[in-house]
Amino acid sequence: MSTVTNRANLSIFVAGFLFGLGLVVSGMSNPAKVVGFLDVAGNWDPSLILVMGGGLLVTVPAFHLVLKNSQPLFEEKFFLPTLKAVDSKLVAGAVLFGIGWGIAGFCPGPALAALVSLNPLVLLFLAAMIGGMLLHHFLLE
Amino acid sequence: MENFTPVTALLGGLLIGTAATLTLWANGRIAGISGILSGVIVPRGRDAVWRLLFVLGLLSGALAYALLRGQPTPLDLQVGPGLTIVAGLLVGFGTRLGSGCTSGHGICGLARFSRRSFTATLTFMLVAIITVFVMRHLMGGTAA
Repeated sequence: MSTVTNRANLSIFVAGFLFGLGLVVSGMSNPAKVVGFLDVAGNWDPSLILVMGGGLLVTVPAFHLVLKNSQPLFEEKFFLPTLKAVDSKLVAGAVLFGIGWGIAGFCPGPALAALVSLNPLVLLFLAAMIGGMLLHHFLLE
Repeated sequence: MENFTPVTALLGGLLIGTAATLTLWANGRIAGISGILSGVIVPRGRDAVWRLLFVLGLLSGALAYALLRGQPTPLDLQVGPGLTIVAGLLVGFGTRLGSGCTSGHGICGLARFSRRSFTATLTFMLVAIITVFVMRHLMGGTAA
């Protein structure tokens, strides 16, 4: 492998590491924290706002600066989403995701981070989530 | 609001934002976990490699935290096996249909001022809040 490939691979691993660390430090890998935020009529826990806020505090200015470059450090171009229109698939997908997120308090990142607990219900959630992704792949892609 | 943990929440958020920035700056990719994971499950050419490395990094970060603290990271599951399966299927299918989740739309998409991500984030937040309200306050229980 070339040096560039090695550096690219190392940096993406480090990015994943920081992401996983952020998820557990923030408490978001615990569904009770997430549902505590979503339960606005109960004993409300606003922590999730600060997690998203903290993330955006970095990404809003940093993405702006990064995207001024003609290309990333280790690739020839930026791979950005190309779809622009707000369509029914986007909204329907967000609705289904929102229901599932509300039921279990897990979205994909935190569920992956919680995998290290080896809790059977986390494994079950991840298996079902992968099942849902495969269902979409074979039915609609 | 005695469960509010502002310092760790903000710190964790800053780490997540830094990770998403590194992903874009170095590799030109969007750190959206649902997209990354689905690309590992259904590989599309050489892209499967960086996605797998990101997932392995994420798992290592979560594991390192538990090892450094010398105790398991708190995990309080909200529902039993039946609803866990239903929720997992909805999250997996919904994030593919809607092209992203909390990270891809919520952290990366909003930072690019994407109208699609703004719509998606607002939608799944509102729907999740309504879902929790129905389950906790109208149906009065979360066990299943």
